[in-house]
Amino acid sequence: MIYKKYASPKNFYPLAGRLIPWLGVLTVLLLAVGLYWGLFVAPTDYQQGESYRIIFLHVPSAWMSMFVYVIMAAAGALGLTWKTKLAEVLASACAPIGASFTLVTLVTGSIWGKPMWGTWWVWDARLTSELILLFLYIGFMALEASIEEPRRAARAAAVLALVGVVNIPIIHFSVEWWNTLHQPASVSKLGAPSIHPSMLVPLLMMFIGFKLYFATVVLMRMRYAILEREKHTRWVAEVVGTKAQ
Amino acid sequence: MSWSEFISMGGYGGYVWSAYGFAIFVLVINVIIPMRRRGVVLKALRQFIVSQTVQEK
Repeated sequence: MIYKKYASPKNFYPLAGRLIPWLGVLTVLLLAVGLYWGLFVAPTDYQQGESYRIIFLHVPSAWMSMFVYVIMAAAGALGLTWKTKLAEVLASACAPIGASFTLVTLVTGSIWGKPMWGTWWVWDARLTSELILLFLYIGFMALEASIEEPRRAARAAAVLALVGVVNIPIIHFSVEWWNTLHQPASVSKLGAPSIHPSMLVPLLMMFIGFKLYFATVVLMRMRYAILEREKHTRWVAEVVGTKAQ
Repeated sequence: MSWSEFISMGGYGGYVWSAYGFAIFVLVINVIIPMRRRGVVLKALRQFIVSQTVQEK
C-alpha cells in the first residue's frame, strides 16, 4: 500500500527531499504572479480605494490559519489512534507555521482596520476568535516543549489540538452569528462570490501560493524532525554519515 | 500609473506597505528557520552517531 510505504519515516525522508525544490519553485512562481496581479493589475476598490489591496494577504492567510489548524488536529488524531510517527511529526511541524499565518492575519487585519474602521482592534467575535486561534497554536507548542519524551509530548499536544477544533467553526461563522465590525465573507463555497473576477483571481492565486508555501516549509520542518526522532536507527546513521563526507 | 502613485497607494501607502512588509518578513523567516535548524540537527546527529560508535568499540 502506497500510504504505508511513504508513512514510514525511512521512505518519507528522501521523498520529501525530492519534493521540496519543486514545491518551492511553484510557490515562488504563484506568489510572484499573485502579488503582481494583486498590486498592479487588479482595479481600485470603489469603496475602500487602494487600501483593500491588503485583502490579497489577509484573506488567504486567514484561510490558511484555519486550514493548517485542521491539518494539525487531524494529524494529531491520526497519531493518537494509530500511533503513526509521521503524523505526530506533521502535527508538530504545522504549529509554528499555522501560528505564523494567524499572526499575519491579525497584523494585516489590524493595519487594514485602522484606515477603514478607525481602530486597530475591537473585541468582536471574529477578531477575538482568531486571537484565540493564535493562543491555541502557542499552547500546542508550549505543551509539546514542556514534555521531554516525544511520544508523550505529541499525545498531550494532540489532545489540546482536538479540543481547540471547536474554535474553527466559531471563527468561520462569527461574522454571521454575531454583529461585528468585520465585513462578511467575500468568497464562499456556496453561491457566487461577491467579488469581481479581476480581484478574485489574484486572491485565489495567493491562496494556492500559500498552500504550496505551507507544503514546502512543513516538509522542510518534518525532514529534520524525523532525523531527530529516528536517531537510533541505522538509516539515519547512513543518511547523516553520507552527509558528513 | 506612475511609480510615486504606486508607492502612495492613494494615500494608504503606509498601511498597505507595512502589511505587505510584515507578511513577507514572516514568510521569509519561516523558510530561514528550518534551513538553519537542519544544519544544527545534522551536526548534533553526527556527534551523536560518533559517540555511539565510540561506545560500541
